[in-house]
Amino acid sequence: MGARFAAFAILALLAAVPAIAALLDQPFYLDIFGRAMVYAIAAISLNLILGYGGLISFGHAAFIGIGGYAVGILSVNGIDDVLLQWPAAIGAAGMFALLTGFVVLRTGGAHFIMITLAFAQMLFFLFTSLELYGGDDGLSIPHRGTLAGFKVLDSPVALYYLVFAVLAGALALSARLVESRFGMVLRGCKSNERRMRALGFSTFRYKLAAYVLSGALCGFAGALLALESEFVGPSVLHWSRSGELIVMVVMGGMGTVFGPLFGALAYLMLGHFLGDLTKHWHVILGPVLILIVLYARGGLAGLFARLGKRP
Amino acid sequence: MTALLLVEQTLNGLQLGIMLFLMSAGLTLVFGIMNLINLAHGSLYMIGAYFAAAFLTLTGSFLLAAPLAVLATLAIGVAVEITVLRTLYARDHLDQVLATFGLILFFNEGVRLLFGAESLYLDLPPGLKGQVEIVPGAPYPLFRLVIIFVGLAVAAALYALVQKTRLGALIRAGASNREMVGALGVDIPRLFTLVFGLGAALAGLGGVMAGPIVSVQTGMGEEILILAFVVIVIGGIGSVRGALFAALAIGILDTMGRSFLAEILALFLPREAAQTAGPTIASMLIYLFMAAILFFRPRGLFPPKVR
Amino acid sequence: MKIRIAVAVAALAVFSAPSHAADKIKIGFVTTLTKAPAIIGKHMQDAVELALDHLDRKIGGLPTEVVYKDDEFDPEIGKLRAEELVKRDRVDFVAGFIWSNVLLQARHAVLRSETFLISSNAGPHELAGKECSPYFFSTSWQNDQTPEAMGKYLNDNAVKRVFVISPNYPAGKDMVAGFKRAYKGETSGEVLTPWPQHNDWSAEFARIRAINPRPEAVFAFYPGGAGINFVKQYAQSGLKELIPLYTVFTTDSTTLRAQGDAALGIQSTMFWGPDLPNETNAKFVGDFKKKYGYIPSFYAAQSYDSIMLIDSAVRAVKGKIEDKDAVRAALRRADFKTVRGFMRFNTNHFPIQNFYLQEVVKAPDGGFDTRIKGVVLNAHADAYGKECPMKW
Repeated sequence: MGARFAAFAILALLAAVPAIAALLDQPFYLDIFGRAMVYAIAAISLNLILGYGGLISFGHAAFIGIGGYAVGILSVNGIDDVLLQWPAAIGAAGMFALLTGFVVLRTGGAHFIMITLAFAQMLFFLFTSLELYGGDDGLSIPHRGTLAGFKVLDSPVALYYLVFAVLAGALALSARLVESRFGMVLRGCKSNERRMRALGFSTFRYKLAAYVLSGALCGFAGALLALESEFVGPSVLHWSRSGELIVMVVMGGMGTVFGPLFGALAYLMLGHFLGDLTKHWHVILGPVLILIVLYARGGLAGLFARLGKRP
Repeated sequence: MTALLLVEQTLNGLQLGIMLFLMSAGLTLVFGIMNLINLAHGSLYMIGAYFAAAFLTLTGSFLLAAPLAVLATLAIGVAVEITVLRTLYARDHLDQVLATFGLILFFNEGVRLLFGAESLYLDLPPGLKGQVEIVPGAPYPLFRLVIIFVGLAVAAALYALVQKTRLGALIRAGASNREMVGALGVDIPRLFTLVFGLGAALAGLGGVMAGPIVSVQTGMGEEILILAFVVIVIGGIGSVRGALFAALAIGILDTMGRSFLAEILALFLPREAAQTAGPTIASMLIYLFMAAILFFRPRGLFPPKVR
Repeated sequence: MKIRIAVAVAALAVFSAPSHAADKIKIGFVTTLTKAPAIIGKHMQDAVELALDHLDRKIGGLPTEVVYKDDEFDPEIGKLRAEELVKRDRVDFVAGFIWSNVLLQARHAVLRSETFLISSNAGPHELAGKECSPYFFSTSWQNDQTPEAMGKYLNDNAVKRVFVISPNYPAGKDMVAGFKRAYKGETSGEVLTPWPQHNDWSAEFARIRAINPRPEAVFAFYPGGAGINFVKQYAQSGLKELIPLYTVFTTDSTTLRAQGDAALGIQSTMFWGPDLPNETNAKFVGDFKKKYGYIPSFYAAQSYDSIMLIDSAVRAVKGKIEDKDAVRAALRRADFKTVRGFMRFNTNHFPIQNFYLQEVVKAPDGGFDTRIKGVVLNAHADAYGKECPMKW
């Protein structure tokens, strides 16, 4: 159970970040780890369908964008309370997943990759030309809203713990899901969908439900990202962002509960701190990714699990 | 005037389609036969363009530099296949995505380290400058015509290779049923290396021919890579014929959308609305097209018969 | 008595932070160091280093450290890097920024912390108008200014019909707005192309060719790699012989080598050129070429001026940079030797400066360079200053 131990150690560290930041007088840690946690939530949402369901979505950034724009548009129009913004973000993302789900889930394998990309690209171009809400410029969110009327979100620490709570919730959801009957069916579909159908499961409905759940959770991540960066723009739903989410999930260990958390943290931190070392950091990161694929099967979660098994 | 414009835009669409075909042909073969998603295919396109620029500076002749660059890209392709990709064939698609994404990062930065951050200069060969009037009143750049002809020639050669030769038979068989080909005693690793090298050379050729038109810079392969994936999915993964049809369709659709959509919309919508909606929908057009094709034919237009 | 006063003054100097002189200056510089536009970042970084050389590595006489941050051409990363500079590196000034959209998102982090932000390139209209800030300065230009100069030049030369083409992003729209503000003739057509993924203009060129009556000029704005594609394809399409191309920020030393002959003879407007005759510029360009072996671009010139501006302010307040009002007053005086020969600040902290017409020519060494042909606008102030509520 090395992976679980590593995950709890990381969560404990993340929980301690505000205290450490205060102690070292380094408030920037809240920004960088807060952002990493948001991406971890997005990666967890992607893992729900990619890791458990074997459905490779190359368009998950679209949900981040929808969630972000829901917050941005409501905020610009004076609807400030996150208890209104969040349901709107989650609902809009879930609705988009439901509508596109009927089309994308007809396909599988590589075709699924590309058709999810297609919908994400359409949305990307739509927001790019949405002059009313900043177009290509993106949308500045004038001020962080309130939580049930209280102005707590202006405190970086409060915002940080809010994101932390959502992250913990997402992990719990993911863990519960694997063990549930729903999760079993989903994993069954991944290994052999025909068999699941023969067993009498309506696999399409299970996959659609998973897709909607995943989209909605990713929309939540998008809402948090917008709140954190006080900005949303088309760049958050560029296809390269979808690609990065896949990289995070695979790097961390797909189909595991904690893999996306490891992956998001490792990918973003590696990028940030290698970038400080040399501007040619891609020449290091590239081979690192290849080495992870070649020698660390199962990603970081697999690596931790093997380390934990050693006597 | 509109008829002339239509002819010109059709040629433009054809030329874009041909470029996409050169990228997609290799991609679809590699995907179809080796079951490998190679994101680094765009890097080979970039490497082709960089090699062309480098060899042009070295030799002073585009006609010499072009084949050299294609060969060099082929060599790089084979080297990458042997060192990294070979171990990935048996792996999950996602492992391939991650590893080849790593390759993209490596190649982009490697090229920058070797050649510097500045875009390279790659001019048209002197004999291919200028325009020709195919239809009176509509001059068309000669070099783009050459691209169309080279592309069509490559398509014909590929067709002959795939349909008429023993290697082609193996390729077709591989796309339909890989295990069976292996069971028949074919040297699979060598076949794979050969196919990958062929794909790399085609991508390199694409880069060589794009070099004089676009800016030779790092990252130039990524946008065209995405379009190439759209092409092979529409065409049916593994099908060279499908890639050709889809590439031409996408090229013409995209060009026509950018040129005429705003005007067409203006027939139904207020001018102002058409001016804003036109370019937006034009950008989405190929993705709408792909979604529609996959909705009605989930495996693309020309999927290889048995899998 | 005298001693007592001296002690009191000393105690005041020690205990009241605002008049406390810094012993070290730290500047954060945000630019693009990876991905395709990295060449622009290199020009800017090289210029900053040269400016430091010229100042004996001392800003305002104090030891200086410059922290470079890569925005990766992404507003989200740019914002994160700006937060990092302010909160972690605790820099005294932030400078740099190539892209308007990156600057627009990153500025909040810097301005909220009341750190002075000097834009070395991006000049979106938002920051020049209603959202101008007492902590924001620009050593480049407001986006609209340079195309306004081009509009004026075409008016002066009685060019009657112009086709306008530009990328569809904030700076692109500012450029078009600026051009149309000044240009009095007829606009034959206007196209905004997707940014940054658009790299083939054959469809647009065919459209331009089909317009009747034929436009007398094409006005274009394509910075960086896009400008290389655009200029090459414009020449290849045969349009260059039919309709002269006028540009802003499209032909400069970061692109000229790759554009080659295709750029020859293209005219553009600019606030500065490597051949602008003044002593500071001669030293800047000469030493730059000597140190790095290439001709500096306007990105480099602006970055050099950013450092020199900061130096002048730190010098004027004698290192007491905690006194923000004094620093601001000093910055506003723009009391430094600029490579552009002359500039002062408008009330919105954007430069009032000259704009010149320049043309791409063959350099003596066989490469390409630009030559200034004349002044188009004298001491030009941007159009948004009136909307900025700052008064000083």
